[in-house]
Amino acid sequence: MKQSHFTLIAVLLMVVAFVAATMFHNSGEEKEMNARATNNSAALIKDYSVKAGNPDAKVTLVEFMDPACGTCAKFHPFVKQLMQQQAGKMNLVIRYLPFHQGSDRMVAMLEAARKQDKFWEVLELMFATQAQWTINHVAQPDVFMGFIDRAGVDVARIKQDMNDPEIMKIIQQDMADGKLLGADKTPSFFVNGKPLPSFGYQQLQTLIESEVSANY
Amino acid sequence: MVEQTETSDRLAVDAASWKLLFICWLIAMAATLGSLFFSEIMGLIPCELCWYQRIFIYPLAVILLLGLHPLDTRVVRYALPLAVIGMLFTIYHTLLFYGLIPENMQPCRQGVSCADEGMVLMGFLPIPLLSLAAFGMIIMLLLKIRVLAR
Repeated sequence: MKQSHFTLIAVLLMVVAFVAATMFHNSGEEKEMNARATNNSAALIKDYSVKAGNPDAKVTLVEFMDPACGTCAKFHPFVKQLMQQQAGKMNLVIRYLPFHQGSDRMVAMLEAARKQDKFWEVLELMFATQAQWTINHVAQPDVFMGFIDRAGVDVARIKQDMNDPEIMKIIQQDMADGKLLGADKTPSFFVNGKPLPSFGYQQLQTLIESEVSANY
Repeated sequence: MVEQTETSDRLAVDAASWKLLFICWLIAMAATLGSLFFSEIMGLIPCELCWYQRIFIYPLAVILLLGLHPLDTRVVRYALPLAVIGMLFTIYHTLLFYGLIPENMQPCRQGVSCADEGMVLMGFLPIPLLSLAAFGMIIMLLLKIRVLAR
């Protein structure tokens, strides 16, 4: 056999081994994630969590997110679109995983805005202006505070309400629940308690559609 | 007659060198794919020292292949320094992992600790030890090729 054949066969074998190991690992991980979500279903939704959509809908999408996370911002319009497509049949629950430095203050602003019924307006503004207030993956709450009034909120009240110690408890509880459920990245989605088989728009849409058709 | 023996001797040496170099390349490829599997598939975050070792193993997977087709034993001259520098990082990492260098001396203050328990595969194979084995074998084989080529 020629030497070049040896090399070619070796490359082929290594590629096959890599792909096989990946498939083996992913199938094991998927089972583990499903088991985690099933065993910790009480950790998915809390009474204090922000909710949107029909409360009686039979499909619930739980999103663990971070206001400073770029992918969360990019997914947001897509999640809204899914909510419109499945109007009345699905609802949304927001949980916080502020992994980025400074992001817990952004969550505090969201919770303060919630007291003025402006949660979604402020979240939209945060995602739309994310590039201006995140510098090298560090959230700059003071920068955002400079133009939060664009969301139509009472800024003085936001500044006061965001220091509520209850907010830190909410964040800690959400982070603890995320850990239990194996949500270690943002955004992490659960549809009726089921985690995405793999991350992506299409996978999220497929899972939601299959849950809708199973329940309606 | 003498010339003929010299030619066949050289051919034998070339074949032996090629085999050794081929094994070197296999090790470098296994280490490259293995480390990518740990980080990209298993989701382990590489610590600072892991990054330095990656920097010195990845080019070996490429230049050793170039030395194989066609056989060019001068590749040892370019591969050996990379392997030796990588080996130094690996020795440091292994000592750190087993606690032979005190914690306060380690450079990984932020992010993932280089002495983390997560570095043990399947409960018994520490990643720094795998790296030590890979660099160690590559260096020994490269030195052997250098001796043969003389």
